[in-house]
Amino acid sequence: MARNTDKNSYTIIFAVIMVIVVGSLLAGIAQGLKSKITLNERFEKMQNILYAIGVNGNEGSGDITFISTDKVEEAFSKYITKQIVIQGDEVTENPEAYLIDIKKEETKAKDPNYQRRLPLFIGEKDGKTLYVVPMRGKGLWDAIWGFVAVDKSLVVQGVFFDHAGETPGLGAEIKQRYFMDDFTGEHVLDGDVFKGITVAKGNNDPINENKTDNKVDAIAGATITGDGVTAMIKKDMKMYLPYLKSLNQ
Amino acid sequence: MGLLSKKDSKLILDPLADNNPITIQVLGICSALAITAQLKASIVMAISVLAVMGIGNVVISLMRNIIPSKIRIIVQLIVVASLVIIVDQVLKAFAYSLSKELSVFIGLIITNCIIMGRFEAFALGNGPWRSFLDGIGNAAGYGVILIIVGFFRELLGSGTLLGFPVLGDPITKTGVYALGYENNGFMLLSPMALIIVGLIIWVQRARNKDLIEE
Repeated sequence: MARNTDKNSYTIIFAVIMVIVVGSLLAGIAQGLKSKITLNERFEKMQNILYAIGVNGNEGSGDITFISTDKVEEAFSKYITKQIVIQGDEVTENPEAYLIDIKKEETKAKDPNYQRRLPLFIGEKDGKTLYVVPMRGKGLWDAIWGFVAVDKSLVVQGVFFDHAGETPGLGAEIKQRYFMDDFTGEHVLDGDVFKGITVAKGNNDPINENKTDNKVDAIAGATITGDGVTAMIKKDMKMYLPYLKSLNQ
Repeated sequence: MGLLSKKDSKLILDPLADNNPITIQVLGICSALAITAQLKASIVMAISVLAVMGIGNVVISLMRNIIPSKIRIIVQLIVVASLVIIVDQVLKAFAYSLSKELSVFIGLIITNCIIMGRFEAFALGNGPWRSFLDGIGNAAGYGVILIIVGFFRELLGSGTLLGFPVLGDPITKTGVYALGYENNGFMLLSPMALIIVGLIIWVQRARNKDLIEE
């Protein structure tokens, strides 16, 4: 070998050059692809919201299919008739409410002086008005989030869940049809009391015949992710209750 | 194999059986446990590792004469991590739905000890072409075991293969479920992957006595 690669000075210079090369390579790639990635993420959010109100490409009982990306903008403006932001008692319309980052709002809300902004999407499908509540919580490994569409009487009409890093085959199954479809028709209220929806082990109702028990069947091997879904629905749905209840008066 | 010399083809074929990274060297067990609850996940992981191993081994091999030995592990780590990030970003920009599907796998590739193991043991001392073959061979040997384990875990644990119900419907009791068969939910938990890997090791060593250690 011509060079003495064991010298300290060589090691340091090598490390510095390596860091600069790799760093600028990664930064360059990230910058170059940024606009495309943000656009993809916007489309995805639209697709998710539309999925919750039942605008999707699902057929039979197979995999989840979203409305395709080239049609999503058109469908979004057609079905989502109104986007509102709830801030305390104040309700304002905002056509860009779907871009509000719930994670950031949640962090900001730790400051007691900050009045958290709650985005809500109002959709019309088959003559029914649906209210899509975005939510975010914790799974086993990482964040989980979702959109729950309810009607005026707070009966779930459709949901969409997603996750950042749950275990494939176990927690990641919350994104599967068989789990999400179970929520449809489930009640969030028990009489007049807010119960949310519990992802319950051993509720002995695998095909979910009892829609008023506030429970859906859990996934085997995914207890903590399931509990995360339960907690997320309870925590985030609750914040929208005053508004959703006021619709009936 | 006409394309490759005997020595080169050994690089690919050896890790598939008699020098398998999982069953003989017992590397890469962590991901073999974590993601084999479904066959599809196993296949996706096998392909991802194949790509990263092939490219990574070549990159390390090209750099092998200039890497200072004191910091070689860190350099290897940077190469894998950068490759993984680049793949992740490109997928996010050009194949968003695919990248959603792969989700955690991409990140998990970094943690795969076979990759670092092959960088350290082979690519640092061999030319790019042989390193490429070695990477592909080891990744394939890893993938084969992953797919076998995934096959049994999904079949016995959920009664499906690649998501299709092959044993009938457990709720309405059709197919084999009508005979009183039940899915073994235990198969979905990680320890069962270890037991299946153990069984594979047992079968392999029973067939080839040379593999048994003293």
